[in-house]
Amino acid sequence: MSNSLLEIENLHKSFGAVEVLKGVDCRMRSGEVISVIGSSGSGKTTMLRCINMLEDFQGGAIRIDGEEIGYETVDGARKRKKESEIARQRALTGMAFQQFNLFPHMSAIDNVMLGLVKVKRMSRDAARAVAERWLDRVGLRDRAGHYPGQLSGGQQQRVAIARAIAMNPKLMLFDEVTSALDPELVSEVLQVIKALAADGMSMLIVTHEMRFAYEVSTRVIFMNQGRIGEEGDPREMFNRPRTERLAEFLKSSPFTK
Amino acid sequence: MGYTLNFAAVWRSFDLLLEGLALSLGLAFAGILIGCVIGLVVALSLTAKSRLWRRPARLYVTIIRNTPILVLILFAYFALPELGVALSKTNSFVLTLAIYSGAYLAEVFRAGLLAVPTGLSEAGLAIGLRESQIRNAIVLPLMLRNVLPSLGSTFISLFKDTSLAAAIAIPELTFEARKINVETFRVIETWIVTSLLYVATCAILAALIRYAERRLAIPR
Amino acid sequence: MELSAFLDQAFAARMAILKGLGTTVAISALAICLGTVLGVGVGLSLTYGARPLRWLARGYTDFIRGTPVLVLVFASYYVLATVGLDLPPFQAGVLALTVFCSSHVGEIVRGALQAIPTGQTEAAKAIGLTFGQTFAYVLAPQAMRQILPAWVNTAAEMVKASTLLSIIGVGELLLRVQELISRTFLSLDFYFFAGVLYFAVNYAIERFGRYVERRAALPT
Repeated sequence: MSNSLLEIENLHKSFGAVEVLKGVDCRMRSGEVISVIGSSGSGKTTMLRCINMLEDFQGGAIRIDGEEIGYETVDGARKRKKESEIARQRALTGMAFQQFNLFPHMSAIDNVMLGLVKVKRMSRDAARAVAERWLDRVGLRDRAGHYPGQLSGGQQQRVAIARAIAMNPKLMLFDEVTSALDPELVSEVLQVIKALAADGMSMLIVTHEMRFAYEVSTRVIFMNQGRIGEEGDPREMFNRPRTERLAEFLKSSPFTK
Repeated sequence: MGYTLNFAAVWRSFDLLLEGLALSLGLAFAGILIGCVIGLVVALSLTAKSRLWRRPARLYVTIIRNTPILVLILFAYFALPELGVALSKTNSFVLTLAIYSGAYLAEVFRAGLLAVPTGLSEAGLAIGLRESQIRNAIVLPLMLRNVLPSLGSTFISLFKDTSLAAAIAIPELTFEARKINVETFRVIETWIVTSLLYVATCAILAALIRYAERRLAIPR
Repeated sequence: MELSAFLDQAFAARMAILKGLGTTVAISALAICLGTVLGVGVGLSLTYGARPLRWLARGYTDFIRGTPVLVLVFASYYVLATVGLDLPPFQAGVLALTVFCSSHVGEIVRGALQAIPTGQTEAAKAIGLTFGQTFAYVLAPQAMRQILPAWVNTAAEMVKASTLLSIIGVGELLLRVQELISRTFLSLDFYFFAGVLYFAVNYAIERFGRYVERRAALPT
């Protein structure tokens, strides 16, 4: 089915002797916004990190627009692709991290420009124009020359999102991007993500923010102990959970109680 | 006691002392430059994933740090010729300084590398940068800011260690001082002035390093 | 082969080598012990002394630390004779190393004591302890945890510094080895041998230091 943007097939991942992903299947079409919820240790972040090969995986396959990610079969044996190939594939996705991970020694605009210049090989002027547009999009045009240390958490996260999206990825990956923020800074980040979703960006969002997941997602996936426990329409899932586990999990959030 | 202080004899030879000081600084500078290259390579080896790199690096650091520098200096100048490597006094001394400081700098750089959060490398990977690009554009610039204080104090230490060049008759500051001492018998004056020259130079170097730290600091 | 020539010579000179080793140990031990006693005094003065005492201690420490050890050794060797204290090289050298050691120990003690949060002293006062009791039961034990590893490091530095006394003619290990070399011309073998011996001693001290650090650590 290659009208899928993302295909995850029987994904298995272990950390040493501990199996964290026990056969995950997922198909995602372009334009979808999927929220991934679940308790800590359920494997949701690990699954995200496998998609852009920040983690290796031992079994199964991941495909973006039909292209095999990370591994290939050579003479019947499964081999990891060359590093340069994997680096190119990583640029197909964009990732925003819980800890923002902005480069502290570069200004906001330089943070956004780095990938454009070094990976996409744009000229500095072209890169600057793109970077300014995206900083404007996240509402931080006037902070372009500021350094991360001079920005609030919410502002840093918005710059981090701009940095990822400026690379024009096919799929955006959000890894609990509001979990490290003070409560009053959370909404500015969620607003930015909602706006990007409305523009048609394909997104996979790992989050604890249930109300946000309800409002923005086209689909919700509930992960439980390394497998997909339940998935479906947000209204269905939150109001009429089919499994015990999901019902238990939803009780823990004020929004879904 | 019968000793009257008379600094005149020392003042007359002050220019010799200053020349010696300049040579000391030059030796230290050459030593730390090469030492930095060695230290960086060894630090990257110490933090490498493969034992093939880590083991020799650790061995080098342990051996050098536990050997008196004077033994290294004498070995480099007197023993290496037997292995076919005959260097001039100055070259052998600078080489010794480089290998000696390289071992200490390796630890300094290693600590600096480890202090760079791994999340930053991951962010670099996520936008598609290669390992070498991440190292050059992100890790090393941040590491440099981390290590500047320790790098500075290592340089100051190395500068003081240049006094040992006197042991193989290189005409740096301590050697000149000893010559003046022996020739003029102005013992107290000679060594007070020499000491003060070292102390003052160290203080100036320390101030320069603090200035460099402020200039390179990331605005916050 | 060369190795047998070296072993023959080394064995023949074993008494001289052992005497040299003994002198090295004596120099190091004296410098460490006396230097530590003096250094603790300096450290306490820096931390708790009245202003004039603190300034004196500060001036002393900064001056000594800014001066290379070899300059201290030369100064001690040449200067003391002129002020009437005609010390043989051994004593002059040990004096220089003692002073050097004391400046390092002073800084270590000061750093460790100042690193203890003031809340500790306040809590002790609140219970009604005198300063003496506070120091003995609250401050010193906590300071020791930080002092011990640094002190072991300084001890190793003293062993390495003992080699400098060969330059003023004290018959420690390095000088004895140099005498052997001038007789046998086996530079490479004997300088390497000296390096190995010093490495062994210092490595043992390093391991001891790590053991002490582990034992002194608070349970987590």
